[in-house]
Amino acid sequence: MKKLTLSRSFWLNSLLYSVLSLYAVITLIPFLWALSASFKPLAEIVSGEINFIPRHFTLDNYRQIFLEEPLFLRWLWNSVAIAVSITLLNLVFNSLAGYALARLQFRGKRFWFLLILAVLAVPAQVTLIPTFLILKTFGWLNSYQGMIVPGMVNATFIFMMRQFFLNFPKELEEAATLDGLGRFGVFWHIVLPLAKPALAAQAILVFMGSWNNFLLPVVILFDPEMFTLPLGLNTFKGQYISYWNSIMAASMIFTLPVLAIYAFFNRYFIQGVTFTGGKN
Amino acid sequence: MVERSHRLGVRQSENLTGYVFMAPTLLVLGTFVVLPILYAVFLSLQKVQLLGGIEYEFVGLRNFARLGEDERVWIALRNTATYVAIVVPAQTVLALLLAVTLNAGVRGKNLWRIIYFLPTITSSAVLTLIFMWIYNTNGLLNSFLEAIALPTYNWLGDPAVALSGIMLMNVWSTAPFFMVIYLAALQDIPQSLYEAARLDGANAWNQFVFITLPLLQPVTFFVMAMGIIGTFQLFDQAYIFSNGSGGPNNATLTLVLLIYQYVFRDLQMGYAAAIAFLLAAVIILMTLLQQRLFGSK
Repeated sequence: MKKLTLSRSFWLNSLLYSVLSLYAVITLIPFLWALSASFKPLAEIVSGEINFIPRHFTLDNYRQIFLEEPLFLRWLWNSVAIAVSITLLNLVFNSLAGYALARLQFRGKRFWFLLILAVLAVPAQVTLIPTFLILKTFGWLNSYQGMIVPGMVNATFIFMMRQFFLNFPKELEEAATLDGLGRFGVFWHIVLPLAKPALAAQAILVFMGSWNNFLLPVVILFDPEMFTLPLGLNTFKGQYISYWNSIMAASMIFTLPVLAIYAFFNRYFIQGVTFTGGKN
Repeated sequence: MVERSHRLGVRQSENLTGYVFMAPTLLVLGTFVVLPILYAVFLSLQKVQLLGGIEYEFVGLRNFARLGEDERVWIALRNTATYVAIVVPAQTVLALLLAVTLNAGVRGKNLWRIIYFLPTITSSAVLTLIFMWIYNTNGLLNSFLEAIALPTYNWLGDPAVALSGIMLMNVWSTAPFFMVIYLAALQDIPQSLYEAARLDGANAWNQFVFITLPLLQPVTFFVMAMGIIGTFQLFDQAYIFSNGSGGPNNATLTLVLLIYQYVFRDLQMGYAAAIAFLLAAVIILMTLLQQRLFGSK
């Protein structure tokens, strides 16, 4: 009897671990194949041979990018500057709005809340062309403002912060008010520090969204100096057609910063996804 | 009397604080969401000419009438619909399968999850380039297909398979995201339900069909809705794959790519706005339909 259950769980476990391992391999192979290409000389790339360990290991592709593509560092900087600004502004503005919608009593609150919910349902493509024209009127095409200002608040995360603050213990705020802190003081010194988990999840999702954004930059940036990395990468592809080793090296450089963030904060990534998923 | 005016003062200061807190949000959403929506409605009724400045000419519903006669709209609509119809079910089933497997009491759950989640955090630009490299005529995928005696394809250049290549990539990169959502929901199902079912003699499959699936229905609804909204907006991958052309032979032409082309190649902003509304209408319609079919009753 005991032997029977043991063997059954053995088979079940083998099946489970086989499925998991198989899918891990499927997940990792494209990355490893790209990484391997980035260390190969061109001759090895065109031969079409399938070897994951480079026969002639070289760092030339990486060297070439930084030496011959002077704009690459500029693209990297543009992406970082834009993503960091957007993230910081989103954290402050979404939290302010979420807090106001959860805690403050003001005229028109319900209307604004419903409006923000409605905004969630509008696909970005509808607003894309007018946004382009509005940015053109402001003279903000091809600029950091043009990339940052339209994205510095986000309806999804306002909604998320509101839900978070609704469940927030009121007593702390009341105590702080008695100690003479104003509304803003309470928000800044008491509420925000306690909202760290929600802020971390939000920060990561906003940063990733901006870092990987392709549609807005492709529409409003046309000076190569102003390109962000995804756009630069796409141009790079056009210039280095079939130099897949160089293209893969550039892709790897682009992936590394996010991978590093992910390695340290993967808990918050998962939390962020579950947070957005939990709203229904 | 004093009390009342004091209370009034408090209320007014709350009003003020509320609007100070909301100011950045109202300003940005007003300028870059609400105003653009109204502006888009206006544009869709105009013939727009961009010669230095902008000139408008009212054309009524002519832009919308043109939608029906435009062959490329139909091609883009068909491509996008095919894409949604295959990718959404495939990624949902895969996500559920992975989540259930991970939740079955295996060791190192966190490690597996960290590995699976990798494609989700990688930029679509990078993923598309990696897959173009794999889809090369003498690339990794064809070598693999050859090794197991399956036919090989020109994945990037053959109109018959170009869209499938993007589908495969999208299922692979999006499923892990939804897996995480499923996993969180699975952990909320009380174990006692399964114990009771086991006492009644239900096997693993029965438990899955009669307990897990019904309890996951709201999550499945959410995952499908997110999937539909996301896949209908396919752009980055199609753009990079085809260099913005939607080729080979319009095989990767999607609605968003078509909007992009009409704006920036043909400078027909009014007509492009009309296509954007068509897209919005299709997405809303599909979401409502899906709600009727899978939503909670």
